[in-house]
Formats: sequence, structure tokens, C-alpha cells
Amino acid sequence: MEEKIVVPTMAELAASDKLPEVLFWVGCAGSFDDRAKKITKAFVKILNKANVDFGVLGTEESCTGDPAKRAGNEFTFMMQAMQNIEVLNAYEVKKIVTTCPHCFNTLANEYPELGGKYEVIHHTQFINQLLKDGRLSIEGGSFKGKKITFHDPCYLGRANGIYEAPRELIQKLDAELVEMRRCKSNALCCGAGGAQMFKEPEPGKKDINIERTEEALETKPDFIAAACPFCNTMMTDGVKNSAREGDLPVLDLAEMIANAEDL
Amino acid sequence: MELNFGLQNILFLAAFGVAIYFFSKNFGKIWRNINLGKDVNRSDRPKERWALMARVALGQSKMVKRRAVAGFFHVLIYVGFILINIEVAEILIDGILGTHRVFMPLLGPVYDAAISFFEILALLVIVACIVFLFRRNVSVVPRFKDLKGWAKKDGNYILFIELVLMFALLLLGATEANIEGNHVDGWIVSAQLAPLFSGLDQGTLIMMERAAWWFHILGIFAFLNYLPYSKHFHVIMAFPNVWHSKLEPSGQFSNMESVKKEVELMMDPNADPFAAPAEDAAEEPSRFGAKDVMDLNRIQLMNAYSCTECGRCTASCPANQTGKKLSPRKIMMDTRDRLSEVSNVIDELGQFEDDGRTLLDDFISREELWACTTCNACTEACPVNIDPMSIIVDMRRYLVMEESAANPSLNTMMTNIENNAAPWAYAQADRANWINE
Ligand code: SF4
Ligand code: SF4
Repeated sequence: MEEKIVVPTMAELAASDKLPEVLFWVGCAGSFDDRAKKITKAFVKILNKANVDFGVLGTEESCTGDPAKRAGNEFTFMMQAMQNIEVLNAYEVKKIVTTCPHCFNTLANEYPELGGKYEVIHHTQFINQLLKDGRLSIEGGSFKGKKITFHDPCYLGRANGIYEAPRELIQKLDAELVEMRRCKSNALCCGAGGAQMFKEPEPGKKDINIERTEEALETKPDFIAAACPFCNTMMTDGVKNSAREGDLPVLDLAEMIANAEDL
Repeated sequence: MELNFGLQNILFLAAFGVAIYFFSKNFGKIWRNINLGKDVNRSDRPKERWALMARVALGQSKMVKRRAVAGFFHVLIYVGFILINIEVAEILIDGILGTHRVFMPLLGPVYDAAISFFEILALLVIVACIVFLFRRNVSVVPRFKDLKGWAKKDGNYILFIELVLMFALLLLGATEANIEGNHVDGWIVSAQLAPLFSGLDQGTLIMMERAAWWFHILGIFAFLNYLPYSKHFHVIMAFPNVWHSKLEPSGQFSNMESVKKEVELMMDPNADPFAAPAEDAAEEPSRFGAKDVMDLNRIQLMNAYSCTECGRCTASCPANQTGKKLSPRKIMMDTRDRLSEVSNVIDELGQFEDDGRTLLDDFISREELWACTTCNACTEACPVNIDPMSIIVDMRRYLVMEESAANPSLNTMMTNIENNAAPWAYAQADRANWINE
């Protein structure tokens, strides 16, 4: 299964004057976090399979500034944003796809005012489009008939109103979508947003990810689907905590699609 | 139409004048307080704003969206409130001119239908108020549990006032029906109640009718003046508040213009660091972020006066629901309380002078601020489109940029971003390593 993935960088592409159709914004988690790197690779396999003309910034990419901004550090955010915009504009980027809802939100909503105007797409939307355009086709494979519950990432759902794209993908897998008590605009956060990922929670009765995982378990799913590397970590920890590690995988939708296609 | 101008009308005019005077005065004060906040442009896309106001404030779309019970009864009270006010218009005219049911001869059967309809509404409002009193005090709905002291009483007072006002309205019709020679037989509900009073002599009936009439209208005047002190002020503020909603995606945070300018200067190799400050330097904010209510913007302050203290935000807040101190409703109530305190200082001294207290620490603790996940559940849940999260973020901005008082692990994260362009301590040169791993 370890097929070679092809990941051209923007620098290489620019050198041969072949700027791609779309930039894949990998994000910090996608670049460095061991779990999230698997999501990145799964998505690249899909891009390769569908022959998408894409590039990554590689070592020229840097944090969008999202966690700094949510923590209240507008200076750090602004410096990151301006540097990134300079790089993106130098490569004449028009269209960006990203696997991280936080990068998505920052790039799509907060960069335009600062001179970074791009069409930004979340990978669940992008994969949907590939399927609709017939550039990719899937059969349910190992997910056929399985119960999958989907955890809405705050920065995809409430923050940007994207609820259907990920759910459509679950349908394409021929799986049964089982909704949690609180879903879509009413969904409960996994506890990672607003820079919480990088600190211990304040004292309380319970950790938020435990609460959310319990809610997911109530649906008796075979899989928990995520669409954000941070939610993925939080839900994976929650599943570990309830001793279901091993028999209840938490997978990103990109991984599910790639697995179904045996990529 | 029989005019009957006399002492009663003079008393009425006086009461009316006093009610309007005090209401305008308090309303003016609130307007002044809102304007203590920073200017913010929220009047773009007016068409969308009017439509939103019609849907969310007038149509109460967010009230009925989730919990049907509360939504249903709230709409009932609300419709009752608006329509019965049409009858109040008649009472006002009667009170001023000394007429009696001035619209009755003019509208004929339409009048009878309207009053019957109002009476049914009054009855339904009574039912709704009882249901709500029950939900607040007996089978306490979780989101009302942590309301204490004034906030708890406030909710009960309002329901109680509404109850008595509606009873007065029905009593009015029921006693009138027994008074001879006024061509009133009562209407759909009051006619049923009328026999209860049939044994009373005419003098007592006339007194009761007058008492009910005065009680009803004085109650309304009193209620009007209770509003500015109460969470019930939302019946007025909900409208401008929803009109000024944030229309951008809720995940989009404001970019701070002042910071942008400074960073641009820092990054511009041609900038002269010793250049004289630009002309608009005077407009630079006195501080980054918000420490006190004056550092917030006008919409945030208007939000505070529009909050219904319903707690829908808190009930959906992941931090609060897992036992953290943060409660978005408390953020709004604290903002309003602090603003009232500032208002009192201004009333006393003519202008604001440091009173040694601030919204931060004296009202909202740092622990609360750091518990927020910026998940937007509160803004989504709020029936009048209040944005508690923006206040939390502005206060974090103050903590981080003015006091360098971020939560310690967050400092590490931010230093990492500054040094190696990722929130963790990995080298930027390794950023593409995943490709070949
Ligand atoms: S944005 Fe913050 S305050 Fe609002 S619900 Fe989420 S965690 Fe609570
Ligand atoms: S902010 Fe909105 S949801 Fe929260 S208590 Fe006030 S009115 Fe209710």
C-alpha cells in the first residue's frame, strides 16, 4: 500500500514556470503532528489519484497565526499573516485547499482585508467536487453499511456554515450516518479551539473532549469521523479515555475516502 | 362621542407626563452609556439588516428554533404584548380626552371582534406567564438555576406584573358589563366573568371599573419605567441590536487596524523609525484590547443592554457545561453592571473619573477569559444575536498585548510561532519532511 506520493513544491513549480491550479495549504498540525501527517498524506493520495494539479509551499509555509489571534495576540497574528500573504501573492495563488478548518477560516475570512484574497476550500468540499466532476470515484469498501458519526468542527460548521460537504462524503461511502444529540449548528466543541489545544484546561468537572466523546459513543458508532486535525486529536484522546482505543477508530474523512479506495 | 373632561383627565395627563419624562430620561442615559464605547461600522448592507431584524427580532426565529415549549409561550406573550398595546392606545385617548371607549362607536362590530380577540390573548398570556413562573421557580429549567438575587427576582417581577395587568384588563370588561346604560355587555372572556359581579350595586361597580382602568394604565406606565432597569429592556433593544448584528461568518475575528499599521511599519524596510508620528496618531487607541467597558465598542455595549439573561448561551457553552467558571451570560451581565456603575459615576461627577474598578478582575476574572474555546456556540444560541465571545477576545487582547499576562503555556505557543513559524518547537526547515517520511 505504501505507494509513492508526488508532492511538488511551489518553488519547484515556479522554477519550471508551471504554477498549479490549486495550492494545498498543509498547516502546522498537518506538517508536524504525527497523527495529522497521516491525514495530509491521505489527502495527497486523493489529489494524486484524481490527477489534481497542485503544489505545496513546503518550508515556505508558516503558521497562519490563528492560535495567536484567538489567544489575543494580534501582533503575532498580523506578522504571520503579512508574511504569508507576501509569499502567496508572489506565487500568484488564486485557489487554496486546506485540511484544517482553522487555517481555512483564517485564510478565507481574515486575510482578504490584509491583501490576501483567495478562493479557499476545505478538503471535504474539494473531495466532494472531485467526486461530482467524475475525477474521482469511490465505492464504500470497508465502510459499507457501517455506522459513522460525524463531529462538526466549530470552525467549519458554526464559524463558516459548512455542514453538508462532510456528510455527503459519508453518504458516498455507503455508510450509515448517525447524528449525535448535538450536531450541526448545535454541535458541542471538542475543546481544542481558541488556542485551548496549547494549554491545560481551566479547573472544572470534566474535560470537554470527554464530554463530546461520550456523546459520540451514545450513537454506538463503528467509526468517528473528523474533519479537523485538532478535533481528531481531542476525539482520539477521548476514545482512549473510555478504553475503546483499538475498536473505535477516529478517522479524518480524507483517510476514509483514501481507505475506501485502497489508496 | 361624549367628552367628559375633568379632574380624572388632569390626573391622567400628569401621570402620563411623568411616565414619559422619566422614561425618556433613562433611555437618554442608556444611549449616552452606549456611546461611551468605541465607534464601529455596522451599517453596511442595510437591506440584509432589515431582513434579519424582521426575521430574528420581530419573527423570533431563534426562539422557536430549538426548544419548542419556551419558544411557543414566548411568542404568545410577545404577540399579546404587541396587540394589546393597540387597546392601550385607546386607553390613552380616553384618558386624555375624557371619552369612554372612543373606538367603540367608530368601529362597531370590528371593535367587538378586536376586543374579544385581545381578551383571548390576555387569557393565553396569563397561561404563558404561569407556565414561565413554573419553569423559573418550581421545575427549574437548568439555565435558570444559577440566577440569584436581583436577576432572579427581575424575571419573576416581570411575569407577575404581566399577570396582574392582564387580570385588570379582564376585570375592566367584566365590571363594565354590569354597569347600566353604557351599552357594554362584556366580550368573549369578560362576559363569562360578568355574572360574578352582578350582585354588586352600581356605585361599587363604577368604582371597580375605574380602579381596574387606572390600575391597568398606571401599571403600564410603571412597567415602561421599570424596563430600563431590567432585563426586560430587550423588548426595545432587541430590534436595534439585531439590526447591528455581525454579518460576516462568525469565525471571522476583527483585524485590529492599529496593530496592522504598526506591523506594516515594522516590516517596511523603507520606513523611517524616527519619523514624526503620523497625523492620525491622535486616533490611536489608548490601549490594545479591553480592560474596561469604555474599551469595548458600541455594539458590545448595546449587546449588554439587550441581553435577556435567558442563559441559552451558557447552556450551550462547552466550558460552562463541563464545570468551568466561564459563563457567556455572566460576561454580558457583568458588562451591563459595570456600565451602570460607570454611568452612576458620570451622573455624580459630570464625567467619568477613575473609580479604581474595572470590568477586568472586578467583574470578569482571568480564569473565565482563558476558558473560552471561541467555539461560537453562545453567539449561535443567542435569540437576539448577542456576541459574548467578542468581549472575551477583546479582553484577552488586553491581557496579552498590554499586560503580557497570557496563560503561560500560551506564551510558549506564541513564542514558537514567532521563532519557528509553528505553535510547537519544530524547525521551519523541517516543515516539508512529511513528504519523504
Ligand atoms: S465561544 Fe467561548 S463563551 Fe461562547 S460558548 Fe464557546 S467557549 Fe463558551
Ligand atoms: S447573551 Fe443572549 S443567549 Fe446569553 S443570556 Fe443574553 S440573551 Fe440569552
